[in-house]
Amino acid sequence: MDLAILWFVIIAVLWTGYLVLEGFDFGVGMLLSILPRGDKEHREKERRVLVNTIGPVWDGNEVWLLTAGGATFAAFPEWYATMFSGFYIPLLIILVGLVARGVAFEYRGKIADPVWARRCDQAIQLGSWIPAVLWGVAFGNLVRGLLLDADHQYVGGFWALLNPFALVGGLTTLTLFLLHGAVFVALKTDGEIRDRAQRLASGLAVVALVVAGGWAIWAQVAYSVTWTWGAVVVAALALLGVVAATRARREGTAFTLSAVTLVAAVVLIFGSMYPEVIPAVDGGNSLTIAEASSTDYTLTVMTWVAVFLTPVVIAYQSWTYWVFRRRLSTKDIPAPAGLSWQKIKDAAF
Amino acid sequence: MDALDLARWQFAITTVYHFIFVPLTIGLAPLVAAMQTAWVVTKKERWLRLTKFFGKLLLINFALGVVTGIWQEFQFGMAWSEYSRFVGDVFGAPLAMEALAAFFVESVFLGVWIFGWDRVSKKVHLASIWLFALATNLSAFFILAANSWMQHPVGVVYNEATGRAEMESIWAVLTNNTLLAAFPHTITAAFLTAGTFVTGVAAWWMVRLARTKKAENLETARDVYRPAVRLGVWVMIVAGLGVIWSGDVQGKLMYEQQPGKMSSAEALCEGTESAEFSILAVGPLYAGCEDVAHLISIPGVTSYLGTGEFSGPDSYLPGVYDVQEEYAERYGETTADGQEVTYTPPLAVTYWSFRLMMGFAAFSVALALAALWLTRKGRISDNVWLSRLGILAIPMPFVANSFGWIFTEVGRQPWVVAPNPTGIDQVRLLTERGVSTAVPPGVILTSMIVLTLIYAVLAVVWYRLMHRYAIEGVPDAVRDESPEAQDPDDADRPLSFAY
Repeated sequence: MDLAILWFVIIAVLWTGYLVLEGFDFGVGMLLSILPRGDKEHREKERRVLVNTIGPVWDGNEVWLLTAGGATFAAFPEWYATMFSGFYIPLLIILVGLVARGVAFEYRGKIADPVWARRCDQAIQLGSWIPAVLWGVAFGNLVRGLLLDADHQYVGGFWALLNPFALVGGLTTLTLFLLHGAVFVALKTDGEIRDRAQRLASGLAVVALVVAGGWAIWAQVAYSVTWTWGAVVVAALALLGVVAATRARREGTAFTLSAVTLVAAVVLIFGSMYPEVIPAVDGGNSLTIAEASSTDYTLTVMTWVAVFLTPVVIAYQSWTYWVFRRRLSTKDIPAPAGLSWQKIKDAAF
Repeated sequence: MDALDLARWQFAITTVYHFIFVPLTIGLAPLVAAMQTAWVVTKKERWLRLTKFFGKLLLINFALGVVTGIWQEFQFGMAWSEYSRFVGDVFGAPLAMEALAAFFVESVFLGVWIFGWDRVSKKVHLASIWLFALATNLSAFFILAANSWMQHPVGVVYNEATGRAEMESIWAVLTNNTLLAAFPHTITAAFLTAGTFVTGVAAWWMVRLARTKKAENLETARDVYRPAVRLGVWVMIVAGLGVIWSGDVQGKLMYEQQPGKMSSAEALCEGTESAEFSILAVGPLYAGCEDVAHLISIPGVTSYLGTGEFSGPDSYLPGVYDVQEEYAERYGETTADGQEVTYTPPLAVTYWSFRLMMGFAAFSVALALAALWLTRKGRISDNVWLSRLGILAIPMPFVANSFGWIFTEVGRQPWVVAPNPTGIDQVRLLTERGVSTAVPPGVILTSMIVLTLIYAVLAVVWYRLMHRYAIEGVPDAVRDESPEAQDPDDADRPLSFAY
């Protein structure tokens, strides 16, 4: 098999890992003010339940993004260069979101103060909603194509990225991540919040079926190839399965099926791009796998690295999900361990 | 300013900022792992208290290193896409390897360490901090492999048809002699940073407690903080010697590989034997060589740094003028669009950053010697000058690290990929050719302002947290939270740690 095509598949796998894993992180972050109920104190406890369902794992999940980025750089320098410079503004906004969110996770509990916690929650939500939409916009544009000149430079400008198809793509990732997050919360918590997450998930699955289904059909009709209808059918069946599984309180099954939906979405996206990495639009140029790829030597080296390391990574990352498998509820959450705001303010060496 | 200048400033700001946090993590992670090992092995409570204390500071610091690191990987494609096209075939590989081999280990096992005190056995928990510590160091190796390749490209050929550098040997890239010198230099500098940090904080606490003269405070000073001071001091001494040794190796390589960097660092205009080491130069360094006067110099030292000889014909070092002449002959006097190329880096920046790097590191030497003497033979010190020196010394290695990178990167100019004079000469790229052509200056200006503002806010939060958690001191009450020390009937107890 052609190594460049293998690497196209590997990049798709890395993005799958990223979207499946950080997808529910984003979902949990977005649900931070939506799911918690009750009085002030109880809401804060429930928010801490939510944050702690992903506390030990979110950073490991985000490394899939860095790996996808690094692998694209190594295996397809032209693709990396054109895509990252072309998507400069959306990527900047995504990165700002990821920065705010990461810091907020880690620093939220460091100061025991309600105002501080609210600020961190706002950062987490901002850093979850924005990337959840923008990743879909970015992938929507990759499916649709970008206006490239003969040197493979993106010349379409920023506003062209906000076309209807890409925006619906953004809505698609948004609903899929919200659903994925709600299903994850139902799987990882206990008590009232679990019930609420379950109800929300079965409703969101229907919304996702409409939004994602509509986008997928649009993609199929306008930009894709016949065989990716298979992915669309799988995604639709998986979403129907999520509705059934959440109603039957089978959270493990529901989570697996919402992950399958995301896998199917990546198959659709990458399947429709193939054999290009950036399809042509408006009479411009396309960038093909062959044009974008590194040399055979580099791809061979990277193949060995990926073949040896990826299974190991998956093994120990799965193990941590096993370690932290316990469902959390408000009674598991210890008293805040951070320093008081007064102490932070009074600091003087 | 045009896109090039803006992209340069942006790279400088974001990279220097990122590297404030990185060295402390690289050095402190193994120290915390060592403290925890001491606890597991000796079962002495002091080591658990120190692990918890410095562990918390490590986590506050690590968070910023992580979030500022994402931008580092992305900005090559975003702002330096032409560079990325030229080097991607070889430069991307170490970055991808870093993510797969090191960063996954770091992130996943740090999660286990933070939340796993009562979830995994003591041994597994200890193993996770060690894996984290090793992986942070491994990360540094891959990133330095990429950077060293820009300083001294090896293992590549230039492909005329594609107009890019193409990798021939990953082994050559990962055993680049520039890398084998830069890696120990960076790692020992990181350990020096962390050693200074641990010593500074612990010495401040030791003195503070000793001065109260209360029996229980004296006990804590002796039992908890003094061992931390001693640990930090020995780390500083070993790391300091390593910094000097590896820096010396680097200097000699630099003389062969990037003569322009060396001569600019010394403001050495004319080539000479037995070149003097200038301690203070005056005159308009920014304007170039013409009017520079060296006020204080030590004979022969610069020649020794570059060649290993103080005098004689082997001590000859080329000057700025010689490098300019030689490179102009080799690589052309003008660029394709007719502009004259200056083949040596900005003199003032290289000259001063080189000296400031070494000068700021000297504070650690003073702290190490003072602390070593004042805590000799089981003593604790209540000398207020020691605690003042400790606090003063903490930021100095951070500043030295920054100047080290400013020197390395500015000294490589005008190249983004410096030509390898002994090898594949065609693999070279002027920085001005690396910037993204499809990104308007206004966009880069926007991202630079946005990032600078966010980074400034984060710096304030980081500083206040580090500061306040440092003055909180070691926790009084610690307990063994490991599953083997728990009552199995109490499975419903709350988490021992949660955000």
